[in-house]
Amino acid sequence: MADSSVRAPPVTTGPALPVVGKSEIRPTWCPGCGDFGVVAGVEMALKKLGIPSHEVVIVSGIGCSSNLPHFLSSYGFHGIHGRAVPVAEGIRWANHGLTVIGTGGDGDGFGIGVGHFVHAMRRNVDLTYVTMDNQIYGLTTGQASPTSTMGHKTKSTPEGVIEMPIDPVALALASGATYIARGFSGDVKHLAELVANGIRHKGFAFVDVLSPCVTYNKINTFDFFRQRVYKLESSGHDPADKVAAWQRALEWGDKIPIGLFYRTERPTYEDLEEVLHAGPLARQPAGVADLGKVLDEFV
Amino acid sequence: MGLHVFGMNAYQSVIRGGHVWFQARAADRRVYSQGDGADLLYALDRQTVDVHVHDLRPGSTVVHDPEKFPLDAKDLPAGVRSLAVPTLEIARKYTTQSILQNAVGLGATSFLAGIPLDVIQGVLADSFGKKKGEVVDWNLGASADGYRFAESHAGANEHAVSRRGPPKLLMNANQAIALGAAAGGCKFLAQYPMTPASSIMHWMAAHSSALGVVVKQAEDELASINMAIGASYAGVRSMTATSGGGFSLMVEAMGMAGMTETPVVIVESQRAGPSTGVPTKTEQGDLNLMLGAGQGEFPRAILAPSHPKEAYAAAIEAFRLAEAWQTPVLIAVDLHLSESFQTVDRDELSSPGPIPSLFTVEPNGHSYLRYQYTDSGVSPRAIPGQPGLQFVAGSDEHDERGHLVSDIRAGIPKWVSERQRMMEKRMHKLAGLARDVAPPVLEGPTDAPLTFLSWGSSVGAVRDAMAELSRGGTVSNLIWFPAVYPMAVEAVSALLGRTRRTLLVEANFSGQFGRLLRAETGFVPTDRLAKYDGEPFYPHEIVAKALEVSSHGRQ
Repeated sequence: MADSSVRAPPVTTGPALPVVGKSEIRPTWCPGCGDFGVVAGVEMALKKLGIPSHEVVIVSGIGCSSNLPHFLSSYGFHGIHGRAVPVAEGIRWANHGLTVIGTGGDGDGFGIGVGHFVHAMRRNVDLTYVTMDNQIYGLTTGQASPTSTMGHKTKSTPEGVIEMPIDPVALALASGATYIARGFSGDVKHLAELVANGIRHKGFAFVDVLSPCVTYNKINTFDFFRQRVYKLESSGHDPADKVAAWQRALEWGDKIPIGLFYRTERPTYEDLEEVLHAGPLARQPAGVADLGKVLDEFV
Repeated sequence: MGLHVFGMNAYQSVIRGGHVWFQARAADRRVYSQGDGADLLYALDRQTVDVHVHDLRPGSTVVHDPEKFPLDAKDLPAGVRSLAVPTLEIARKYTTQSILQNAVGLGATSFLAGIPLDVIQGVLADSFGKKKGEVVDWNLGASADGYRFAESHAGANEHAVSRRGPPKLLMNANQAIALGAAAGGCKFLAQYPMTPASSIMHWMAAHSSALGVVVKQAEDELASINMAIGASYAGVRSMTATSGGGFSLMVEAMGMAGMTETPVVIVESQRAGPSTGVPTKTEQGDLNLMLGAGQGEFPRAILAPSHPKEAYAAAIEAFRLAEAWQTPVLIAVDLHLSESFQTVDRDELSSPGPIPSLFTVEPNGHSYLRYQYTDSGVSPRAIPGQPGLQFVAGSDEHDERGHLVSDIRAGIPKWVSERQRMMEKRMHKLAGLARDVAPPVLEGPTDAPLTFLSWGSSVGAVRDAMAELSRGGTVSNLIWFPAVYPMAVEAVSALLGRTRRTLLVEANFSGQFGRLLRAETGFVPTDRLAKYDGEPFYPHEIVAKALEVSSHGRQ
């Protein structure tokens, strides 16, 4: 089925090269951490798509969840706190033949890095951004995060959080992301489907994953979510309807929707950047071919 | 006209209004600074006369329009003439748009400067060539009228220039850096607007399609440098450019480039700080910042050109060094160098030749070690997309394979020594870099009683001051540092050891380069000339200081 919003599969010649699997490093997350479900979902999605591991780059910032690139057999860039998205954008523009996946936590993406998140969405850079949203700072041992709910008592807010949480799905809708989904790390198959479709989607795909922190967040637990989540695809939601997507994005309470909120088509940044029409930048010739002609401008 | 030119644009941090002036100096020998004094002043308002009257030399002329403001002979120093040109009246012959007065004034000043009418009209035709015929005709007519008015109302100017040869190139250091970067293989520039670095982005954006360089105006400087590092990791030679404020935001990511051993070129065009400081004025006050940027220790190089032709070469060299040593390289310039126009000959800007491929590492069937221990400290660098060489570039400490030693391995004896060894591998690159960067340059006689020490834009005024001193019989020479860091300490010490009296010239309060020199070599200059008023050095200030220290310090 021809669909211009879905990327063509990469053309590979010669013997099939290995697809993404586990690396030789085992995750160091706490037993029971939601992020195990996310790395499994990302691995499952990449396997399903059959993209060779050398054509995938997984980028992250800093935080428990940002260790994810080490656990898979693709290329990876484990950068600094809050800057996964601009590094991922730079990689995409350098070589838009690569599949680029940004990963990280809610502090990384919606706190220190929120500016980059918003701008990458309005640019519609063709990358997939998977956040492991546990509504707490884990690696720094339990402070409030930008998605911690009002009243949540943490080490930094012993009397409870007194700020409204960021709603990542609504923020993505407002910022121009073209694929917006929410997954739950307690449902890996469903999550893998959302991530795989996000990778196949041509444009900025955002998958916010409810990924409980079993050590520092005693409110937003697996049980908390299991009692509340329902799937958008089995509730008659039309992901082409932006107004309906807004209504679903605002739902957070006894019922929490997961699945695809919104999907649309729009040219990507790479489509509109003329220089990239000549192919991946990393494979284009470098240097000034006719220096004399350029120097004529300075006469 | 084949003359050597130095042009300095002086302005204020306002979009309209304020006192704005452009200072042009031309000679048949090379001029390295805006020089001292003026032979010709075209004053568009009264403030221009008030501000610049003291710059006027005997025999100079002030061009003005009495319809705009009156000018009495008593307002001017002895020996300074005025020429009243009815610029507005002549402009009205063509249009109601008073801006055409500029073409009249340009014609009149061209005559006084000795620039033939055909030359100035050629420039106007080039500038307005894309506009409608009427505008071109007005400008050509008005400039000719101004020229002829001056011809019939003013006497000959003893300082007039004359044609010397084929036209030279005219560029500022920002243009030269952008051009040199492209020539050196830069394919990606990410930048956030900030004076005085913005024109690097402007030039590159204007040439983006023709040269095949992706130019990204990022949301902030944090994004700029992280995008550049991401692009570099993925196999594209990448650059970012900013001023001190923006560079302050880039500091953390620069350390990430050092830790992940990802090449990146950063242009830091300094302006008068601290904080917002004087945004449209110059200073060399960020050297300490550049030297110390980033937590922990990692190798870096800081190149400091002193002229646009050197800025072009420095950009090419920065890309070579960043790639050879897989670490960040800074190009330190400042507002004065970034924005002043200087003439360059074509043969001073050479092509670096073919740019080598980055896809060089081949899989050999063994596990690829991105951070393999080597004698030089430089490890084979794979690029994403190459099969069988997957690795993770980590900002955490890591082993040869790239695996973290920062979490469950931290503090375990085997990994404690691994951490030490990896630090030594990275830092060992600094020794190689010190041998690889350009050594300090000695200009002038090898043996002189006075040696100037300087770096960056201040070198230009020192060169002009040396010529002036020489005319007065004072012999001096200059040691300047095309790369201020790292230093090949023995070679630098040997060069400094041959000096007698030394005068350090740099545009900051505390003598930051002097401190670096002392830290690296133990050498302390005899005297120091500092400047931190936002203005560049003028040759006469350096001459005066040189004569002062020479007279009381004669050995």
